[in-house]
Amino acid sequence: MLKTTSLTYTYDGKTQLSFPDIHLQDKEDLLILGQSGVGKTTLIQILAGLLQPVSGKVEFNGEMYHDLPSKELDQFRGKHIGMVFQKPHFVRNISVLDNLLLSLYLSNNKQDKNRAIHLLEEIGLADKLNCKSNELSQGEQQRAAIALAVIKNPDLILADEPTSSLDDTNCEKITKLLKEQAASTNAQLIIITHDNRLKRQFKNSITL
Amino acid sequence: MNIRRLSWQNLISNPLNTALSLLLMTFGVGVISLLLLLNNQIEQQLKSNLRGIDMVVGAKGSPLQLILSSIYHIDNPTGNISYEEANTINKNPLVDFTIPLSFGDSYNGYRIVGTTHQYPELYEVTLKEGNLWSKSLEVVVGSRVAKNNQLKLGDTFYGTHGLVDGGHVHDDYAYEVVGILDPSYSALDQLILTNTQSVWKVHTHQTIEDNHDHQNCDHDHDHDHHLDDTSDDLSIPEDAMITAMLVKFKNPIGFIQIPRKINETTNLQAALPALEISRLTALLGFGVQTINSIAFIIIVVSGLSIFISLYNSLKRRRYELALMRVHGATKWQLVKLILLEGMTLSLVGTILGLLSSRLILVLMSLFVEQKYAFDSFQFYVISEELWLLPIALLIGFGASLIPTILVYNVNIPKTLSNA
Repeated sequence: MLKTTSLTYTYDGKTQLSFPDIHLQDKEDLLILGQSGVGKTTLIQILAGLLQPVSGKVEFNGEMYHDLPSKELDQFRGKHIGMVFQKPHFVRNISVLDNLLLSLYLSNNKQDKNRAIHLLEEIGLADKLNCKSNELSQGEQQRAAIALAVIKNPDLILADEPTSSLDDTNCEKITKLLKEQAASTNAQLIIITHDNRLKRQFKNSITL
Repeated sequence: MNIRRLSWQNLISNPLNTALSLLLMTFGVGVISLLLLLNNQIEQQLKSNLRGIDMVVGAKGSPLQLILSSIYHIDNPTGNISYEEANTINKNPLVDFTIPLSFGDSYNGYRIVGTTHQYPELYEVTLKEGNLWSKSLEVVVGSRVAKNNQLKLGDTFYGTHGLVDGGHVHDDYAYEVVGILDPSYSALDQLILTNTQSVWKVHTHQTIEDNHDHQNCDHDHDHDHHLDDTSDDLSIPEDAMITAMLVKFKNPIGFIQIPRKINETTNLQAALPALEISRLTALLGFGVQTINSIAFIIIVVSGLSIFISLYNSLKRRRYELALMRVHGATKWQLVKLILLEGMTLSLVGTILGLLSSRLILVLMSLFVEQKYAFDSFQFYVISEELWLLPIALLIGFGASLIPTILVYNVNIPKTLSNA
């Protein structure tokens, strides 16, 4: 369960951003729509615990994780939150499979190689296990990035513009994949985007 | 997958940067290590060849030349001295013992030295085969001489006048090998030992053909013996000459009194090996220090290269590091990643440097051995070298420091937004 109350954020003390409250029950997904410049990325970074809000509260499954000391916040984020970015990024000197294992290692999970391979097979990257990220096509990279976010079984998946650079077909595929993966790991999915194409795929949506 | 493996992957994914840093570090450490080793080996060899010899008496000339010729057998002798005069030193109560050396002939470039049994005993060298000489013209050969000339017990050969090949061959008297020495890693490995009388005997004969060509001679032999060929082997001719005499004192007071007395009151020259050798090594040491400083600068430059390659790769990897933080990495895990990369470079470079200096030493010893009495290079890490490791690691640490601080303070939201 995710709950935010009167979140605000300020850049350089000038631009004041305030965000609508979010109440999300277990197993509910949410689409947050907004035009450029309304603070979509800021909101997702606050939710990820990367930014501290100027005021307001965030509570996830009863934990006010923004109050944790930085090291524990890092661990909380590693363990509970998976992130998908607009542009997929990887540690480029190691293979896709090793990226998944590294993610497990950094979040203090068991480095289950079979599970990582299985996940990559599931999203159609069975033959790219040992490729480095720059050897993948853009669609493949986006899928691998989703694998990277869900490999550690997070409770909350935050996706920042995951579809903005994709065509309609791929857009639908990626969104479907995200929803499937979130459902299969019982995670809550929040997608922040300006991409109206996603609207019909989500029951819950708010606009910034 | 863990931080250690990731740092390794990062290093091998940038082979050119990594190779450059390693090369510089290897080169700097290698040069210093090579110099330290060489210095150490030469000093050790110089000292071990002294074997407690306190003073060398010979003809007037350069004291260093006297020491080099009569202890290390790597220079020409200064001349001849009267055996009788040299022997008076023995009467001094401060003198423990003296060993006469007579040389000037050679066989295939290996010196034939007339001396007493005390000489091999002083070097504590053991016989591999046979016995020490018991009469004139019997010789005991050093291990290297035996090996390089394939000499066996019972073999005979003629000495050549002079210390290099190509001189007049004393073909009236053949030497017979009666003993072969074990390797002692001293000058003795390169010598052919016999008694002093043999040298006298071979050269006495030349009075008959006194005017033969001596152009190849390196020094003046005494050719004016009146010794009868048939006379007793072990007699001493009245005006017998030797090349040098090694002296051991009973008492340190000898150092103060005897050399000055000899140098001032006789035709002989007394030289103190310890003094000459420390003068020689001091001279060598100056050059060593200069090269050392240059090599140290190379190490510092390699530190700079490590810094630049880490810094550049960080600029490219900023997003990656932020991503790792999002995956749950702590600041310290990233610090560890960068430090590991820098330290691995300096550590591997140092080890490669230490190894390559030994490799060069092996190659060098292959050439040097043939010519001089220096072999048996030792390959363990010497104490001076132990400093190289912490210094190199410190430089690696220093080079990683700024990149590490950058990583520690990386602003994740900003980095992620600007990607």
